[in-house]
Amino acid sequence: MTSKEESKNRRKKVLTGRPYVIVSYLFLALFLGLISYAVYFQVVLRDDYLSSPYNRRQDANEEQVVRGAILASDGTVLARTDVDDEGNETRVYPYDSLFAQVVGYSDYGTSGLESTENYVLLNSHADLTEQLQNDLNGEKNIGDNVVTSLNVTLQQAARDALGDNRGAVFVMEASTGRVLADVSKPDFNPNTVSEDWEELNSEGSGSPFLNRALQGLYPPGSTFKMVTSLAYLRQYGTLDNFSFNCTGEYTQGGFTIHCSGNEAHGQQTFAEAFANSCNCAFAEMATELLNSTALMETAESLHFNESLSMELPSYSSSFKLENAIADGLTMQTAIGQGDTLATPAMMAMIAGAVANDGEMMVPTFVDRVENHTGTWSEESGNQSLGQVMTSGEAAQLKELMKGVIRSGTGTGLSDLPYDIAGKTGTAEYGNTDEENAHSWFVGFSDTGNSDIVVAVVVEDGGYGSTAALPVARAVFQSYFG
Amino acid sequence: MVKIIVEVSKYLLLLLMVFFTLETFMVLRRKNEGARRRIMRKQIILLLLFNFSAYLVMFLQSSDVYMLLMYVGVMAYILIVQGLYRLIYRKASLILLNTMCMLLSVGFVIQSRLNITIAVRQLIIVAVSTMISFVIPVIVRKVRLMRDLSWVYAAIGVLLLGAVLVYAQAYGGGKLSLNIFGVTFQFSEFVKITFVFFVAGMLQEVTTFRQVVKVSVVAALHVIILVLSTDLGAALIYFVAYIVMVYVATRKARYAFLGLGALAGASVVAYRLFAHVRVRVSVWQDPLADYQNTGYQIAQALFGICAGGWFGTGLFAGSPENIPLAQEDFTFAAICEEMGILFGLCLILLCMGMYLLIVNIAMKLSKPFYKLIAIGLGTEYAFQVFLTIGASLKFIPMTGVTLPLVSYGGSSVMCTIIMLSIIQGLYILRKDEDEQIEEEKRQKKPKRTGKRNGPPPGGRTGSGGAARPADDLERRIEEQTEKSLNW
Repeated sequence: MTSKEESKNRRKKVLTGRPYVIVSYLFLALFLGLISYAVYFQVVLRDDYLSSPYNRRQDANEEQVVRGAILASDGTVLARTDVDDEGNETRVYPYDSLFAQVVGYSDYGTSGLESTENYVLLNSHADLTEQLQNDLNGEKNIGDNVVTSLNVTLQQAARDALGDNRGAVFVMEASTGRVLADVSKPDFNPNTVSEDWEELNSEGSGSPFLNRALQGLYPPGSTFKMVTSLAYLRQYGTLDNFSFNCTGEYTQGGFTIHCSGNEAHGQQTFAEAFANSCNCAFAEMATELLNSTALMETAESLHFNESLSMELPSYSSSFKLENAIADGLTMQTAIGQGDTLATPAMMAMIAGAVANDGEMMVPTFVDRVENHTGTWSEESGNQSLGQVMTSGEAAQLKELMKGVIRSGTGTGLSDLPYDIAGKTGTAEYGNTDEENAHSWFVGFSDTGNSDIVVAVVVEDGGYGSTAALPVARAVFQSYFG
Repeated sequence: MVKIIVEVSKYLLLLLMVFFTLETFMVLRRKNEGARRRIMRKQIILLLLFNFSAYLVMFLQSSDVYMLLMYVGVMAYILIVQGLYRLIYRKASLILLNTMCMLLSVGFVIQSRLNITIAVRQLIIVAVSTMISFVIPVIVRKVRLMRDLSWVYAAIGVLLLGAVLVYAQAYGGGKLSLNIFGVTFQFSEFVKITFVFFVAGMLQEVTTFRQVVKVSVVAALHVIILVLSTDLGAALIYFVAYIVMVYVATRKARYAFLGLGALAGASVVAYRLFAHVRVRVSVWQDPLADYQNTGYQIAQALFGICAGGWFGTGLFAGSPENIPLAQEDFTFAAICEEMGILFGLCLILLCMGMYLLIVNIAMKLSKPFYKLIAIGLGTEYAFQVFLTIGASLKFIPMTGVTLPLVSYGGSSVMCTIIMLSIIQGLYILRKDEDEQIEEEKRQKKPKRTGKRNGPPPGGRTGSGGAARPADDLERRIEEQTEKSLNW
């Protein structure tokens, strides 16, 4: 009797207890969620907040740490802090304006790598005994150095080639995404940025602080035909069945598009249309042959409309084609006009994917961080966005792009003693008046060994081959010697 | 030299915190009374060491004599409270007391770091609250009337919240507290307790649909007033406590799902209706998007946590003063900045330990009223911890609540101390019951013959079998109370 009652009681107790157990497990899950998120924050998200330009926390470290140096990949100093006998510190940029936007300044605020690597530069991994000694003597520790992937010779060659033009040159290793040169004009001298501050911010200065390679949003012009071609290739599986008779102009839905200089290209295969940058052929392709969503899908598969997290602030390239019924806009979009805007870095990433059997690499600027004696270092590694096209698609696009150099708009590079693949472009902006056009080149070397991708924009450079091609040529020549 | 001491001390403080947290969890598992007492003695030593090293470092860094005064004050508080509990409430849960002391200590340290005047004020409030709270376990054990005052609790709750709302509307929105004798009172903190008492009182015996509806209407009234006075954090805490209590009382999962559904629906409505809710959500999505205005608070908190890294910058070596509301809503971020995220994780675990201790007590109580109170108060505590730490980490949008016992806030800390002493009262009740049962077992054999001779005089029919031992139990509890009270 009693034992029966007891077991009954126990069962009752278990029954009433169950909701308590469930509730406590749910709350345990909440707490564990907090803990996991805290760890996730610390491991994954921390860098974003540390490198945020708004984060001024590390400034307090300046009292304990001498800011580290920023170095080129061969160890050449791009930025260093000199300390005089009285302990006064000056930040020195030996190359003046050559690395203006990419290295940045650290006077009057910070920009470029000076800003995003602020945390690293103001923290020290110097040997413990050295740190201990400094602490005891009341002396400052020496901050870590940032070793970049930048190449001084190439940067210099690119800038010389760009001359006084406004624009950008962006060079990266095809297989790794390591940035070798990042030139943006106009520029500024980081040594004197506080003296020049007003002038640099005045109207008509041309936004010298803007890193045009990452933040310049240009209509991609005919370089976008790489994307349109990929869309066609994906829909039809082959380029062989395409042919078009170019009369110099093409009308669809009441809107007429012209080939450059109203030139009539005549009967064109796909490869010829691409090499000659035949606008009419691509306009027909977009309005008559491609599905209405094909361009959008292809552009987004190449990471348009996406903010890519790079080591330096960058803007996301945008592709818009909302009303696919308007033929005028569709045709414009297919040839890189319309509402499309791309950064030179974005176009370099697409060309890089073509060079790299379809794998897209994110441009990286920092190779490693090391302490000032070099006894400790941390590699940064490459960042891949994965396979954005199949290696078959990449091979076909590469052939098209080689055709441009061999017999198309890029023959200015055909005498170089190695294979180049590329695409020229003329990006009209503002009024569709020939005068207002940026000159583009995007391409890469195809030697099979440490190839580079080059993207050039010359603002107001006019037609493709005249302004951008010589710049690209200078870069290839400097790189391959 | 000082720098090296700071450097060493941050690892030492972390280590002490890790050991303390581990031992709280070990007590949860240990059954052996002797082992438990040993652990609790060890915890007190850890607690004293923790305070000693923290204030030593802070004194060296700031050369502020008040640091020493604060240290003496905190020491005196810990020793007196520990002593008094051992003297007066020998059956109280000492592990709950230790955990409370540790959380308070962490709070005092970070308050002293940020603003020593405020820290002293906090210490005084805590000391006064603790003194007041000493009578609470007695009330819990002796005043049985407490169970029958549901509607009184409801009236008090609605009136107090309503008063704040009217006052706030009259003198400009957003003011959630009333200033009485120089101390600001946040009524929503006090009403948290009466609210739990109301729900527990209503659902202790009857859990019919009608009854649940009655409870829901009053609960909704509380929540709506809070939402109107833009105290979203408190509104959420009440709502969750209500859902949990209804669920455990009725044991019907459908009420819980219904409640959660209503919560989701209400959130969507609030998002559509109130601009400040939308602001908080967008800030949560990207605090840097509108850094200068709305994103500033949370961005600074996150910068602080980042600057600290795993081990923190060390006390007085970071700049947590840059974090807005570092002493209230973002205490957790300030702690992480100077003591490290690992310390922060221990703090989360310690709060979780506190919650588990409370649930443990709730499960072992036998009377539904007390069970419900324990789980209700525990839920409020745990959910508040989740809201404030989650907001500091940008895990969830900010709701503007403080970290119980750690953050500065007169009424918050006072109410948490009162809540914990209610739990202590319940724990003592449970101990009384345990002893009662053991005593009964011992007396079982001689008693059995008496039992067979029909119902005892005064025994009620019907539910008599259950009611008689309960009455008996209550009488014995009273006896035990007399015995265990040495005053």
